[in-house]
This record gives sequence, C-alpha cells and structure tokens, in this order.
Amino acid sequence: MAAVAEFDSVGLRYGTGAEVLRDLDFRLRFGTFYFLTGASGAGKTSLLKLLYLAQRPTRGRIRLFGEELSEAPREELPPYRRRIGVVFQDFRLIKHMSAFDNVALPLRIAGAADEDVEGPVREMLAWVGLADRASARPPTLSGGEQQRVAIARAVINRPELLVADEPTGNVDAEMATRLMGLFTAMNRLGTTVVVATHDMSLIEATPGAQLIRLENGTLVDPDGALRSRPSGGSK
Amino acid sequence: MTSMFDWFFVPPAQRRLLLSTGRRAPTPWVIAIMSFTIVLIAATGLALANTAGVLSQAIEARYAVEVPGGGVNLAALENAVRSAPGVISVQAVPESEMRKTLERWLGPEANSGDLPVPALVNFDAKPGTDLNKIQQRIQAMAPGARITAHRDSVAPLLQSLTLLQVVAFGLVLLLSAAAAAAVVLAARGSLDTHRFTIEVMHGIGATDMQVTHLFQRKIAIDAFIGSVAGGLAAAVVLLLLAGGAAFARDLTGGATLGLRDILILTLLPLALTALATWVARAAVLAALREAL
Repeated sequence: MAAVAEFDSVGLRYGTGAEVLRDLDFRLRFGTFYFLTGASGAGKTSLLKLLYLAQRPTRGRIRLFGEELSEAPREELPPYRRRIGVVFQDFRLIKHMSAFDNVALPLRIAGAADEDVEGPVREMLAWVGLADRASARPPTLSGGEQQRVAIARAVINRPELLVADEPTGNVDAEMATRLMGLFTAMNRLGTTVVVATHDMSLIEATPGAQLIRLENGTLVDPDGALRSRPSGGSK
Repeated sequence: MTSMFDWFFVPPAQRRLLLSTGRRAPTPWVIAIMSFTIVLIAATGLALANTAGVLSQAIEARYAVEVPGGGVNLAALENAVRSAPGVISVQAVPESEMRKTLERWLGPEANSGDLPVPALVNFDAKPGTDLNKIQQRIQAMAPGARITAHRDSVAPLLQSLTLLQVVAFGLVLLLSAAAAAAVVLAARGSLDTHRFTIEVMHGIGATDMQVTHLFQRKIAIDAFIGSVAGGLAAAVVLLLLAGGAAFARDLTGGATLGLRDILILTLLPLALTALATWVARAAVLAALREAL
C-alpha cells in the first residue's frame, strides 16, 4: 500500500523561535485512519498545517501523494490542496455566505457547474443534519452547527486525505458519534483520515485506527506502526 | 477554454465571496475625477495641436515684402511682386491701415507725417518659388526692401503651442499614473478586507488566478463606472465651451476638435478602465504571492 504522506527528518519553526516540530520521520498509508494526540502545545496543529500544505517545513522533506512538495512552487500546490479536506479547529467558515455556499465552495473552486453542485451539497447538509439550515449564515448557527458545516465542506469533494483538528469539540456525543461514522465511512471508501483529538472515547470507538502521539514536537511511536513500509515491513 | 476576459464572467456564486458592504469604496469617485481631468486636458492638448496646425498651414506659404521707412510706390511694388513667377496672390497693406494699427500703441502721434511708416505687401507663393528672384526684382524698385517669411515670425508662438501640447500629454500620463496608484491602494485595501476569505479559498485549493479574478472584476466595474462618469462630465463641459463659439474660436484660432479627436477623447475613459483593470490584476497577484 503506497503512502499518502511521507515525512523525512522534518522540522518546523516559526520565525526565529525554537523548533515546534523536530525530526518527524513517518509515513501515512493510503486508506488508513489515524488519530493524532498529544498535550496542548505538543505541535498537533502545526503538524496538520504541514499535512494540508498551509505551512512549509523549515527542514526535511515532505512527500504528499507521491510528490515532493516541501519546496514545490506555490502555484503547483492548489491541485494537491483540492485532494485534501480540512476541518479547522475554528471552523473557518465564510461568515457572509450561507451554509449552502460554504459547503459548495470546494466544488465551485474545482470548477463544478451549478447543476452538479446543488444535489451533492443538499445531500451532504442533510447528512450532517442541517438540511433545513442551508440558507443560514454561520453567525446565526450554533457552534455545533458550524462544526458540521465545516465538516460537510471538508468532505464534499471526497478528498483522498481528510485532516480534522478537534472535529467533535463542539458537538454533543450523539452528533460526535455520527460525524465519526461519516469519517469512518469515508475511510472505508479509501480516504486517509487524520483526526487530531483529546477525546480518548473517540479513539476507543474507532477500531483499527492508528495512533500518532506528539510530545514536545517529536513523534512518539512505540509500536512503530507509522514507520511500516507499504509491504508492512519496518523502515 | 480560458480567455483574457475570464475574469469578467466569474459565476455569481463565486462573486458572493467578496462581501458587498452596500456602499461603494471611493475608487469610482477617484477614477471619475481623474477621467474628467484627463479628458479635459487631452481636449485642450488636441485643440492646441489643431490650432497650431491651422496657423502653420495658413502661414506656410505666406511672405511679406517690407520697405522700412516707406516712401515707395505701393501699387508699383504690388505689381512687381504679382508679376513674379510662383506668386499666387498679393495684398498690399495701405499706409492708412498701417497707421491705424500703429495708433493702438502710439495714439494720435501715429498719424504724424514725421513718423516714417514701412511699406508692406503680403503675398502667397507656390512651394519651391525662388524668393531670390523676387528679392532682386523689388530691390530694383526699393533698395532697402526685404522679404520675410511669416512662419519665421510666428515660430516662437508655434513653439509655445508645441510645448503646451507636450505639457498636456505629460499631465495625461501623470494623472493616469495617479489613477493607477489609487487602484493599487484600493486593491490592497480590498485584499486586507477579504484576507480571511482568501486564506480559506487558498486552503481549499483556489489558485491565485481564481482569487484575482474576483478582485479584478470588482475593480474593473468600479473603474468603468468612474471613467465613464468622469468622461461624460468632461463632455458636458466641452459642449458648453463649444457652445460659446466666439470664445472658443478666439481661444483656438478657429480650430475645433475633429472626429479623430472626439474618437480619441471617447477612448480615453475606456483606456483608463483597461489600465485600472490591468493594474488591479498585477497588484492582487503580487500581493497573493507573498502568502503560501
């Protein structure tokens, strides 16, 4: 099984500060479900930023979808970003646009015609329980509803890699279970999922998921699962 | 298929990405003032060019025979010039008329018999006429007679008119540059306002060109509205000036704006719109390159 992401001696620092990520050396396999855990400040969000190409590493190499992108020209990045769905911790919804338009955005940016947008977006909004809130703007939605719109936007174009930063932080237990059901369903369809969370119950409720632990910017991988080669051998 | 006007056909759903606040930014007003001023200055420059052309054409083949101190048979001098080869027309200026002209500066003294008045005969000659032969002919009658070309007398005025045209052209360029600078500031302001939206768009795979098209369209529409409004206001002013025909005639020496000039003036606001659109595109693309 090929790797969706390969990190090779990756380090990251912001400005002239100390490194927030150090010597990251791992690979994420296609179609695998990963949980990313660690204490606050361990570097989870920074690692996710590297994964969804919002940040370049200050050292080391990152390959995504088989391509070396650490130093790729910025104009080459958009096609790769379209293959990644991101659920941001702060939702990052565009406040003056309706829930429908927010969810439709990835499809429209990818060039989908209006007639190809309506159906999938309605279906996705229904799936996250917001069918009747399609025309509502984010400021009029509760935190949980905004979270669900953000998730719907992240998965609408069936990304190959789904990255979620605390995706269930603002929803009740029932909705959390439902959203995780969506993620595992997408994972079964082949999407690689990386979910950063503190919620151990989510991890326990997702059998077969791999665990990535970060401590002070370095990877803790006691079982070596992240280093396994496509064939299953050790790196 | 992509075309150079893709930016204008951004779908309405994507246009909604740029929040409309319900009130327009000052860009159209700034562009309108620039457009108004540019059209008026350009019209002045073109009118000056036409005036210089008319004047230059009128005196191109015109010469004057002058006999300082006078005392010559004006009719004989006129006949001598008329019979010279290449001369098309001749008008002798009567002494009374010369004195009348001098009266404006000298008062009644101009009519004093003690005041010598030069004899003057104006004539038009075909191009290539041998002026030396005419000179020899008239010097036989009046030894001090000399021929002067009107274009030499008017040369300083024509040079001043040319200089004014250059100044007008320079002002048009300067104002266009100022309009471009205003567009750059407007584009940067708009980018700052929509920074969050741009980050989200980039995050989900929008290209710089997709983002740029949104801003380019908005600024192009603002610039078009401003340019056309300013151009129309300038047209009204020009029509009012043209209405005062006598004033305009005195001002331009009889030269008016021709069809070619009106076409140029009509195209100026459109050129300003095109400049603003191009500058907006360049400014937005340059600003976007600063992000990942």
